[in-house]
Amino acid sequence: MTRHCHDVRLRGTRALLVIASTLAAVAVTPSAGMAQDPRIGLRTGFQDAGEAIRNLELVSHTPKQNGWFNPQQLGDFGFANSDLAFQKNLVFQGGWHGWQAWDISNPKAPTLRKAFVCQGGQGDLSVHGRLLFMSVEDLAGRVDCGTQGVADTVSAERFRGVRIFDISDIDNPKQVAAVQTCRGSHTHTLVTDPKDRSTVYVYVQGTGPVRSSNELAGCNRAVDDANTSYFRIEVIKVPLAAPQNAEIVNMPRIFADAQGNVAGLWKGGAHGDGTQNTGRTDQCHDITAYPEIGLAAGACSGNGILLDIKDPANPRRIDEVIDPNFAYWHSATFNNAGTTVLFTDEWGGGTAPRCRSTDKPTWGANALFTLGADHKLKQVGYYKLPAAQTDAENCVAHNGSLIPVPGRDIMAQAWYQGGMSIFDFSDPSRPVEIAYFDRGPIAEQLTLAGYWSTYWYNGYIIGSEIGRGLDIFALKPSEFLSANEIEAAKLVKYDEVNPQLQTKIVWPAAFPVARAYVDQLARKDALSDSRIAAINKSLDAAEKASGSTRKGALTLLASQLATDATKSSDAPRVRALIDVVRALSK
Amino acid sequence: MSVNAQSTSGTPGSVASRKHTAADVAFMQGMIGHHAQALEMVALVPARSSRVEMESLAERIAVSQKDEIGIMQRWLTAHGEAGDTKQAMSHDMHAAHTAMPGMLSPAQMDSLRNVEGTTFDRLFLQYMIQHHEGALVMVAELLRSPGAAQEPMVFQIMSDVDADQRAEIRRMKALLAQLP
Repeated sequence: MTRHCHDVRLRGTRALLVIASTLAAVAVTPSAGMAQDPRIGLRTGFQDAGEAIRNLELVSHTPKQNGWFNPQQLGDFGFANSDLAFQKNLVFQGGWHGWQAWDISNPKAPTLRKAFVCQGGQGDLSVHGRLLFMSVEDLAGRVDCGTQGVADTVSAERFRGVRIFDISDIDNPKQVAAVQTCRGSHTHTLVTDPKDRSTVYVYVQGTGPVRSSNELAGCNRAVDDANTSYFRIEVIKVPLAAPQNAEIVNMPRIFADAQGNVAGLWKGGAHGDGTQNTGRTDQCHDITAYPEIGLAAGACSGNGILLDIKDPANPRRIDEVIDPNFAYWHSATFNNAGTTVLFTDEWGGGTAPRCRSTDKPTWGANALFTLGADHKLKQVGYYKLPAAQTDAENCVAHNGSLIPVPGRDIMAQAWYQGGMSIFDFSDPSRPVEIAYFDRGPIAEQLTLAGYWSTYWYNGYIIGSEIGRGLDIFALKPSEFLSANEIEAAKLVKYDEVNPQLQTKIVWPAAFPVARAYVDQLARKDALSDSRIAAINKSLDAAEKASGSTRKGALTLLASQLATDATKSSDAPRVRALIDVVRALSK
Repeated sequence: MSVNAQSTSGTPGSVASRKHTAADVAFMQGMIGHHAQALEMVALVPARSSRVEMESLAERIAVSQKDEIGIMQRWLTAHGEAGDTKQAMSHDMHAAHTAMPGMLSPAQMDSLRNVEGTTFDRLFLQYMIQHHEGALVMVAELLRSPGAAQEPMVFQIMSDVDADQRAEIRRMKALLAQLP
């Protein structure tokens, strides 16, 4: 969630608006001739809300543990769950109350491996080897993780910034460093350096009030001062062998203009008649890094920006965009090829209902940009949750990640109480929903809940439910996604995933990957039915064979496919298939 | 630095939210009254100004401050501090709030009601800047108060007010500079 979105920001706050309960029952009239979307009109409830699901299976729902919610006040901010990070069999779930580590070795029955109380804001997490990183933003954050808050207005006990825990003994996490920053850390982004594996960087996105220079030297609240603590991010350098030496090495002025004015981007305000009011660009809400292509995409309040991060300690802005439909640039996701960037707009800050039938489909949505070789972003499309939600449900675009289906760009995305929407944005000008899950409102009156994030991790989709707990989903085959495509996605395995640190997805040379491409060619009518059948037959025969027989069959298939490529309406996909077949033949 | 952080598993006894302070309550109650006067001021805009930018500014202030009033009322109720917030919004109570930083005096409100056109625009912007700067003073006072703004919702509201009103002040100063 965001904090400084101007009229509608966030976080939490506006969400708890008292909304006339009569409005909560507003139904959306389906268009003539179409069946009503099953997501409309779901029953309200805490753990017994109505559910609508399509092309997915809910593998498990794990409610919040005692002590991690307030039964007297379901929307209590102090217990909201937030973002996720993954390592081996563990899901790390951040939140206002602290972090929890869930063992999902059995996805049908996750178990709580560790619950660690440590308050200080939304508590975004990243994990890298034995280190766990945690964002702390609020004034109540304490160096010692104590829950009593900080009594003094200026205090050495206060902590706002990024904590680093050593979790090599997860039963006894040790805070090995705590790097203080002027605006705290609303979110952060782990950035690896492909040229130096001994060091990682943490980009700190601070959006909170600037603290007193008496508490942290150098902090400067004056917006117009050249040394203002606004209009920057902080870069923390973490030597992995000595994380206790983590320190800020740069505070880059990534919004500066050519004249060196640090406030060089969007000044705040509307873009003309009928446009959105967009927050001033004095902060990034979130940055997604993709070190293998040397780029990061920043969602920075009033702008989307592109950063060159080839030197991770010195990110350099190389492009920026505005969008008159965006209120608050919130987060970013690259497609795997790095040719599309999806930015989210957290209009209303995540606590307001912004998916009603009366809300514009281009407001509070995703905006899709193509990213050319010239490193220029170009807006080509929008995607918004296609099922209208009620006034009782906080809903707007939020966090998600790619589902690694070869040959396609597919994302699972959280929409707070709008549920999860899975969509294909291979053609960024025409994204299409292919699966979803939604629950009814948590309460009759708008009460903070819903998915903070939904991320693919090693064959499953994990959802962090702000008010209800942790959900795990599996994909089901459908007209939009074949069993082979799902199998191919499941072949992609990681030991560690931090969704804001994207890594290049590489598929193994495997039969499901080849068949996924064949299914896609069939779906797009890019080859004749008879050729599709023949190719599948060849693949089946090759898979059953071994040794030189298999090699010969695959080599023959590859040469036949080369001819197919010349006739297909989707030659690049046929060539991708050829590459897999050739690799399989080796 | 090396600190051994507390490592506590959640227990049913720990569900209570962090304690709020008397200064938090005073801030939330005061800000409701403060916002209410801003709503009263923006209600004057449509009939007195012919500038599109003024209308959009007024609408924006109205939406954000109405939202925040709802949140603050709900928070006060949830924390057993609802008191007389309804009265705080009534016109009669404004006199009691003129002591708050930035609040317009009854005479200032009257002078605003009695002008129109560019004269209104100029006065409105001057007064709303004064009003917003008062809200920033209230935030600064809260931050100076020991233990305040640590309950998560109070922190949110405080941060929101601070960010919104700073941004609006800049915009209003720019508008003011553009007036003929």
